[in-house]
Amino acid sequence: MKHSTFFWFILPSLTLMILFIALPIVSVVIQSLHVEHEQVLVISKSCDPFGCKETTSLDQEAMEKLREDNPLGRFNGLGTYTNRSHFAVEEVSKAWHVSTSFREFWEKVLNLPFYKALTFTITYTIVVTPFVLFLGFAVAVGVNNLPKILKGPTIFVSLLPMIVTPLVGSLILFWMVDGDGIIGATLQRIFNDNSLSLKASASLTWIMLMVYGIWHFLPFSFIVFYAGLQTVPQEILEAAMIDGANKWQRMRNVVVPHLMPLVIFVMLILLMDNFRVFEPIVGFSADAHATSLSWIIFNDLQESAYPLYGSAGATSMMTIIGVIILLTPVLIRTWREFHQKGN
Amino acid sequence: MTILKAQSRITFLSIFSFSMVATWLFIAAFPFVWTLWGSFKVQADFFSKADWTYAIYGVHTTLETGKAFTGGGYYGAWIQEGFYNAVMNSSIVIFFTVVISLTFGTLGGYALARSGYRYAFWILMAALVFRAMPHITLVSGYLFPFFEWNIWGILPTTIIVLVAINQPFTLWILHSFFLNIPREMDESAMVDGCTRFQAFRHVIIPVMWPGVITTGLFSFLLAYNDFAVTTMLLSGENETMVPAIASFMGNVQQEGNVMFAVAAVVSTTAPLFLLVLFFQRQIVSGLTAGAVKG
Amino acid sequence: MFFKKLIVFGAMTTLVVSSVNAANCGPSGKSVRILGSDFPAIHAVAGTAKDNCAGNANVFTVSHKDDTRKIMNAALTPNPAEYTSVIVANSTLTQLMNDGLVRPLNELVKKYGSHLKPHQMITIDGDVMAVAFMANSQHLFTRKDILSAAGVQGTPASIEEVLDAAKKIRAAGIMEYPIVTNLKVGWNVGEVFNLFFMAQGGQHFKSGSAEPNIINQTGIKTLEIMKGIASYAHPDHLTQASNETQGLWEAGKAAIGIMWGSRGGVILDDEGSTAKVTSNTVLSGAPTVGGGSTPAATLWWDGITIAKNIPDDDAEATFAALVSAMTPSMVAKHNDKAVWLIDGFKPGPAAAGVSATAAGGAPSYPMIPYIGLMHNALGAELVDYLKGAESAQQALKDVEAAYVTAAKQAGYLN
Repeated sequence: MKHSTFFWFILPSLTLMILFIALPIVSVVIQSLHVEHEQVLVISKSCDPFGCKETTSLDQEAMEKLREDNPLGRFNGLGTYTNRSHFAVEEVSKAWHVSTSFREFWEKVLNLPFYKALTFTITYTIVVTPFVLFLGFAVAVGVNNLPKILKGPTIFVSLLPMIVTPLVGSLILFWMVDGDGIIGATLQRIFNDNSLSLKASASLTWIMLMVYGIWHFLPFSFIVFYAGLQTVPQEILEAAMIDGANKWQRMRNVVVPHLMPLVIFVMLILLMDNFRVFEPIVGFSADAHATSLSWIIFNDLQESAYPLYGSAGATSMMTIIGVIILLTPVLIRTWREFHQKGN
Repeated sequence: MTILKAQSRITFLSIFSFSMVATWLFIAAFPFVWTLWGSFKVQADFFSKADWTYAIYGVHTTLETGKAFTGGGYYGAWIQEGFYNAVMNSSIVIFFTVVISLTFGTLGGYALARSGYRYAFWILMAALVFRAMPHITLVSGYLFPFFEWNIWGILPTTIIVLVAINQPFTLWILHSFFLNIPREMDESAMVDGCTRFQAFRHVIIPVMWPGVITTGLFSFLLAYNDFAVTTMLLSGENETMVPAIASFMGNVQQEGNVMFAVAAVVSTTAPLFLLVLFFQRQIVSGLTAGAVKG
Repeated sequence: MFFKKLIVFGAMTTLVVSSVNAANCGPSGKSVRILGSDFPAIHAVAGTAKDNCAGNANVFTVSHKDDTRKIMNAALTPNPAEYTSVIVANSTLTQLMNDGLVRPLNELVKKYGSHLKPHQMITIDGDVMAVAFMANSQHLFTRKDILSAAGVQGTPASIEEVLDAAKKIRAAGIMEYPIVTNLKVGWNVGEVFNLFFMAQGGQHFKSGSAEPNIINQTGIKTLEIMKGIASYAHPDHLTQASNETQGLWEAGKAAIGIMWGSRGGVILDDEGSTAKVTSNTVLSGAPTVGGGSTPAATLWWDGITIAKNIPDDDAEATFAALVSAMTPSMVAKHNDKAVWLIDGFKPGPAAAGVSATAAGGAPSYPMIPYIGLMHNALGAELVDYLKGAESAQQALKDVEAAYVTAAKQAGYLN
């Protein structure tokens, strides 16, 4: 394809992505290298409906001047990346020198917010992705073999976990898995344990979040594989059948290779989205037991009365780098395929 | 044909496959069915801490309204809170997001699939990196410029933002589908004298429907379900469905009207049932048509 | 003669009519754009303001949005700001003041606020930064029937008595987990720390600076109290906030609660609960700690602020419209929607707890610029202690470390 044709075809898409994603990313990187100006505090007296008391407040004029001079703040280099709420370089090395056993060192490290979140995020990603891939493919094959009249309703029902708004969906599930809710009470009866509570135990909360993740993402993998199954060339399948291949052999040698690009694609998207897991943690109020990288960003930006843009920016950068690392094997494969197919 | 028919014997495998699909359908549908049933109850039943079976029998609903079923949630959401306004806004946002997303995405995806140069691969990589950026950070960054230029709180801004954020995904999935369409098709058209764009329009567009429908579905779901972007960029009269539902929920100091939210969720999911039911014939025929032509 | 009577009659009618519409709306033809949370009380105030003065203004919009704090700083930064007024509470006022986004109201109060009470003024060093109209706080809820069945005399007045009562209730086999309170991880559990820390006279920071001051005996005692409460609370307490605690209370599954006064109305009403629960629910002041006299509660106010980056005329019109709504007649129409600070409020049974707590001298939530950072650190780092995974000393050290990191980011510490 000529360069100029390519340019015109991709221009609208590229413009939007540069304006709304690329430029903000640059701005976020810059912001993550800065911290706020030193705040000038004055002691003052504050009065409210309940009385007066001494308090501290900001010297507005001094702050205005500082902000005018240097709107970005003070340059901090990689200071934000190495502070306690990110890589915690100082704390980790101190823990290393002080600890007497690896277990002790590990516990100290897990006490740090970033590493706590990273552990859950990676576990979640590694568990949920393969389950969604395999189960989605299995369901797609199963639905493909259904009689035609059942296909429509089945497809709709299979899409439900993805269609229902996560906000309310997770709230309803939150109440259902509660010890007094239908799922929670049934589980208590199955395991014959009246004090079994999914919300009180960290490991059970992790499992609950991962099950939710699989449930919520399965429709995505299902629909992509289902669409892909419709495009399997019938002649090759028939030829294989004539040659005497059974179902498994046909699956392994014809269907799966044909669907490989889709498998790669789904794996890419799943790894990326699972690494950025966030809504279930808020929906299930699970942050007592599980936090994730995106949750830390949410906490920095929206939960405190003082949005910490630099800190959130640093965590965002670390999320992107984490995703790239996670995707490297898939990317190498795509690179190889690109060279095979394209040129 | 006869070969295929011969394969449809009932085997152990087909029973296993059938029951697996049935189990999945139960798991997928049960929470929604439970919600549908519970949307006709009051909060004390559906979210009961006393006994979950209240949700089935409607104990408090009978106490408070005289009957075991109540339309209170629906009335509150649609009439009292004017939820139809949010649905209208959502429809506008969804329609334009899908149309614009697909238009830009098919053009870009096609270019990326046919390019053959290395920079196409790097653009795809860049798109991947873009997609990895958490949405909260992006949207928080948008607030200051949008307020400054006075474009906050209006639907077009939200539409453009949703399209932009979704472009990486759209490009990837469409380029993947386009790779599966043989080069010979459009190349032979160009040999016959068409420009690249004419080849795209007359040869590729008729066969690209499976990919477009699938991508359109995801764009639709993104615009429909999005919370992070819409809740920060819209307010009041312009709110779409999800932030409107969120506003029914109350906060730590004030009780909200959770049943309004539940009713709203059910009433917006149910029509999709009809949509997909109607659509599924198009989906399946579109997909298989693509298969035959390919 | 007849004409004279007609003229006099006409004049008197006009006088009467105009005095009814005499709400002073300030300059006319201006733009009034109000942003507030989705509370019924805020609907009442903003709605009345709109009824009074929408005719006088060119543009009069009221936006209700929960989580206004997420967008309000960005919304008020440009000139002209997106909104002319934001309705704030203690913590959100400091958020706006940190960025210098609201203006002092002294002149406007003199001009339009003669009917306002002195205790409605929120001042910092003499500058009126907001005008409050309602109050809220946490306080004690008890089930008198369960308490008497367990042999507890009267209503507990201190946290020690609360824990003792819980022990008796459990020993009597009535309830395994009698206490409910908002221990949900994050803002809620941080707030519980504040309640008991400040009731002992604890100061979060060293005077005049942003240096933390929580690693001391007061802090440790606070954590021990929290642990005590948690041991009598439902095992899922780390996921429970107001919706869940209210649900537990209304289902009759709790006997002693520390909950928000604003939930009192909905707990006592005849929806969602049984007569046995509602008739036996007693609202009283928050408990004291360790023999002290300060109730373990934080007092919150909600009030109006006026943006800085708007034309002075718009500011004047907005202020005039909003204070025109702060009258006894508005309160009379919406009496039970909040604990009003305006004249004419008649406290109902749902307001008893907040009134008692305020009368008991509870502290108000601090209006310090960096309290939010400390609150966030508390909310995140106390969980491990409550789960029994670390000691009180270590938990406080973690809180301090998290706070210091955030404060350095925000420029409050070096």
